[in-house]
Amino acid sequence: MSSLMSGSQILLESLAREGTDIIFGYPGGVTLPIYDVLYDHPIRHVLVRHEENAVFAAEGYARTTGKVGVCMATSGPGATNLVTGLVDALMDSIPIVAITGQVPEHLIGRDAFQEADTFGITRAATKHNYLVKDIEELSQIIHEAFHLAKTGRPGPVLVDITKTVLTGRANYYPATEMKPLRGFHVRLDPDDEEIETALQFLWAAERPYIYAGGGIISSTASEELREFVELLEAPLAHTVMGLGGLPSDHPNFISMLGMHGSYAANMGVTETDALVGLGVRFDDRVTGRLDAFAPNARVLHVDIDSAEINKNRRADVGVVGDVKRVLRKLNVRLRETKESLGSHNREKRAAWRARVGGWKRQHPFVDVYEENEIKPQYLMKRIDEISNGEGIVAVDVGQHQMWAAQYIRFNHPRLWVNSGGLGAMGFGLPAAMGAKFGNPDKLVFAICGDGGFMMSLPELATIASNKLPVKIIIMNNGWLGMVRQWQELFYNRRYSSVSMDSFPNCELLAAAFGIKGRSVDTPGELETGLQEALAEPGPYLLNVNVTREENVFPMVPSGGAVNEMILAPPKPVAVGD
Amino acid sequence: MQQLISLRVDNTPGALMRVAGVLTSRGYNIDSLTVARTLDPTLSNMTIVVSVDSDSHDDELLIKQIMRLVNVVEVVDLTDSQAVTRELALIKVTVSPDMRPALLKEADIFRARVVDAAPTSYTLEVTGAGEKLDALIGLLHNYGDVEMIRSGAMAMARGPQGDHRHTFAKASRVRERDREPVKT
Repeated sequence: MSSLMSGSQILLESLAREGTDIIFGYPGGVTLPIYDVLYDHPIRHVLVRHEENAVFAAEGYARTTGKVGVCMATSGPGATNLVTGLVDALMDSIPIVAITGQVPEHLIGRDAFQEADTFGITRAATKHNYLVKDIEELSQIIHEAFHLAKTGRPGPVLVDITKTVLTGRANYYPATEMKPLRGFHVRLDPDDEEIETALQFLWAAERPYIYAGGGIISSTASEELREFVELLEAPLAHTVMGLGGLPSDHPNFISMLGMHGSYAANMGVTETDALVGLGVRFDDRVTGRLDAFAPNARVLHVDIDSAEINKNRRADVGVVGDVKRVLRKLNVRLRETKESLGSHNREKRAAWRARVGGWKRQHPFVDVYEENEIKPQYLMKRIDEISNGEGIVAVDVGQHQMWAAQYIRFNHPRLWVNSGGLGAMGFGLPAAMGAKFGNPDKLVFAICGDGGFMMSLPELATIASNKLPVKIIIMNNGWLGMVRQWQELFYNRRYSSVSMDSFPNCELLAAAFGIKGRSVDTPGELETGLQEALAEPGPYLLNVNVTREENVFPMVPSGGAVNEMILAPPKPVAVGD
Repeated sequence: MQQLISLRVDNTPGALMRVAGVLTSRGYNIDSLTVARTLDPTLSNMTIVVSVDSDSHDDELLIKQIMRLVNVVEVVDLTDSQAVTRELALIKVTVSPDMRPALLKEADIFRARVVDAAPTSYTLEVTGAGEKLDALIGLLHNYGDVEMIRSGAMAMARGPQGDHRHTFAKASRVRERDREPVKT
């Protein structure tokens, strides 16, 4: 089958063949031919108000649906505006295909209007990228781009297409078969020998501890993980990327671990003799000082990317493979050997579970409530009660992100959406948009700090224009809270350039965009605001003024050992003491 | 320590940029990098010499990072192998008339060839292992000013054809089965 088509038509047909039903993008000079085809094409195009938010929205869509997110930008500034989002997707292993226009071929290298070396600039921001100069290659490259984005360790792939290709004409041959990529190999299945080695490792453990990350989410291994945890009867902590992998209500779930993880999670990892890392990368925000991380433990590390094994922490047993398949095989063997091999350490394991449970009871995340002001932790608890582990929560970056990770439960994967690796402010609002487009029937919260909200504020127009019922909650403390917290703790309270004053009146701001909203200052008002937000069929902007100087605890100071947490603020000293 | 890596990469625009990019973004310093096409016109060969911290597992990590690149078809770590390593240098040395015969004799010891002669200088071409080139260049400094261009190392595994994978698996401590093709 073939027919004569323009490059732009070939592009959209190829995208549709890969299952694309929505593109987040922003048009420009060289992508005009694509937008002309989009005008009456079944693929929906969502016009964001800044290209960076096109990637973030595509990420929100991909993170919550498991499908490849697609975004589009024009050449030059359009393409360079994508870079932050691409790096974000690269760090968090999110499957994205980004399409950019490039100036006509005869102008490449001539410093043409809106020309940038997109191919060169995005080399380090993507898993792989392409510059398409030959229209005959276009459909195959789009096919490859999707394959690379979602296969193995997922990631962003950018396809830069010259205007010459977009306006050219060629026969369209749908790319049905994958031309073998001789340099791209993914190992999905572990062999039996590795499984047996891992099995010995697991049953030898007296104090096993599971540390599971984003790999669980991307390989849809939640069921396998739950079974694994129950067979091994081990406590589990999630990284900030893994939340929802094991239901937060599961009895073996401790909390997030790392810099702002709970006492129990960080003590557990310090005391364990057998650390099981599943789809994790031993990130510095998890490990703190590397030589003090899990100092008593042997390590079993499962990851689909062999470059992660031994990167930061030497693994005693490294298994390269898809964590879902690895766990399936391991579960079979664990079940078969539970009575034989698994019996001899049974009492020690039970004592260990009790010990971790004790830490968890003794040091829960603090439960604070004030009559006349809204504590940020209380705000998160209220959102948790409303969501009840079922709603989608997209957050921005900073204090609110950590409190949300601590207090809000996620009983399914793909509900928690955050910029984990890159920590890109401005992520929350556009990511929530993408999540809502992908999940129209789910309750979607965007929780932002006042800083991050200001970075993505123009997207209120996208939300208003699409009448997108996202519930936007600004945790407003008047600062760049996390930076202020560090300045308080490590820079002698010299609050340098962290005040977010001149924040707009949110009721007026919402009204200016034609959506509903209000500001609240007390727990009573918060209740009214939350009820109004939930009752409103459209979008809602709720600005929550919280305690100004509140710190996220526990906290492992940067470069510290994870068991040397600051648990709570120092007790106030009475004047005259 | 110096790590010697031989790569086969797709002969496509950007492949060199990707490999060099991995090296720089992970903080490695490239001592030399040569690249040229192979018998298969769709493939290029690269030989890279890079300084790594011998106490860490940098060598293993570097190989794995390069292996992740979609355009890299094969990686052979020749560091601890008996590879044939050669480098070419062009050396221009100024020399006084009375010293010219002596210089030619010494060049002959190193099997260096004269590729250009001028009234006050010779230009020599020499190939060999890096140390041999260093030794010759050291000697030539006794004759006059030395100007020099080196190609950087190129290396090939010893033994029969197609033995790369074996060398790779042995020398790099990266298991060959990590690179099994996709099974779905």
